[in-house]
Amino acid sequence: MVYSYYPGCTLKNKAQDLDRYARMSAEALGFTLEEIEEWQCCGAVYPQASDEIATKLSAVRALNDAKEKDRDLVTLCSACHHVIKRVNDDMKNVEDIRTRANNYLKLNTPYEGETKVFHFLEVLRDRIGFDAVKEKVVNPLTGRKIGAYYGCLLLRPSGVMAFDDPENPTIIEDFIRAIGAEPVVYPYRNECCGGYISLKEKALVGNLVDQVMDSAADKGAGELITACPLCLYNLKNSGTSKKLPVHYITELLAEALGLITESKTPQQATGHQACSSASCGVFDPCGSRQMDMPACPLGSLPAGIKEVGKGA
Amino acid sequence: MHRTEQEQAELIKEISGVNTKKCMKCGKCSASCPAYEEMDIRPHQFVSYVQNADVKALLESKSIWKCLSCFACVERCPRDVKPAKLIEAVRLMVIRERGGNYLTPGEVPELLDEELPQQLLASAFRKYSK
Repeated sequence: MVYSYYPGCTLKNKAQDLDRYARMSAEALGFTLEEIEEWQCCGAVYPQASDEIATKLSAVRALNDAKEKDRDLVTLCSACHHVIKRVNDDMKNVEDIRTRANNYLKLNTPYEGETKVFHFLEVLRDRIGFDAVKEKVVNPLTGRKIGAYYGCLLLRPSGVMAFDDPENPTIIEDFIRAIGAEPVVYPYRNECCGGYISLKEKALVGNLVDQVMDSAADKGAGELITACPLCLYNLKNSGTSKKLPVHYITELLAEALGLITESKTPQQATGHQACSSASCGVFDPCGSRQMDMPACPLGSLPAGIKEVGKGA
Repeated sequence: MHRTEQEQAELIKEISGVNTKKCMKCGKCSASCPAYEEMDIRPHQFVSYVQNADVKALLESKSIWKCLSCFACVERCPRDVKPAKLIEAVRLMVIRERGGNYLTPGEVPELLDEELPQQLLASAFRKYSK
């Protein structure tokens, strides 16, 4: 089974582990993630205002690309999944947005929300089945006590995301059982880590992260897993509580499937691997405006912004 | 373009799609809000401020920069009012004005570190500037 795959900006740079372990695990489980060509950054936050169209177009382009290939679209990053799933709902159910987006894009056939969007975890649960995942596990993570950190974006608003019960989710706990470890349920697993606030509001994020960490540690978790690069960053870098290790879901999946045989090379660990320009999208943090800086080579992002800063 | 507070309140209702009259003032949105302590005007108050066209106070409120867009208030509202959409509409009203940006590219180099994910910059620029 081949799925169209939308990696997003961060999985090409700071979250390469989330991406490459997903691809390796997918192959081991019998499906292929085929990256969409020339995808664009989703913008990382869903534009809530009804009069914003330009900021939704990159998601529509990805959705339409999958539709033209007659495939389902798979995402991994919680933010990408949130944006693409909600824009897809708009294209299906909000006539004004659908009309204006299609008027702008002038596609051969208007896009009307036909593509099915799956998070990687939903593929495991709904298409592969956690029992089948368990059968493929050669290196069960026996004895490890793992807390699922859901955060916000996969679960809410549940009417659109339809990912799991928004207040008492089980999908990541079921995943943890499938890879042979013991899930630890704790109260703050679906409370916010602070998200983008961590750029300018360090104290607030510190408080939120401490609540999550203390809550998980109190219930006996030895480590946390997440699907979101920003959650991982905030959990690791904010707050003053004793820190539990935080991993990506796909990293532990690959480990359980026996796909991680060596320690990381220094190049992989720094997250500055080169990639072919054909496989990279355009990173565009300012929304609809195109930056004159391509996403690749990706290590140039901070340098590029520094140059902008000096000129301002 | 100069708008009266009443016109601004109508615009907020229009671009947010929120019907403020549905609110029954139970306060569950504010009780759920992780940034409640940091807010000078709380999520449940946004609804009545817009209803009363008290927009100037909202435009000057620091709460619009504290909302995490975690959608806890949206998920847990028993009347489906969606306070986060009101906060977003007010924030947009501020940053759509010249000089209203809360984040500029010049600030970013000071805020970077080795592990900071691209997702954080993308989302902060989307939320804080136009």
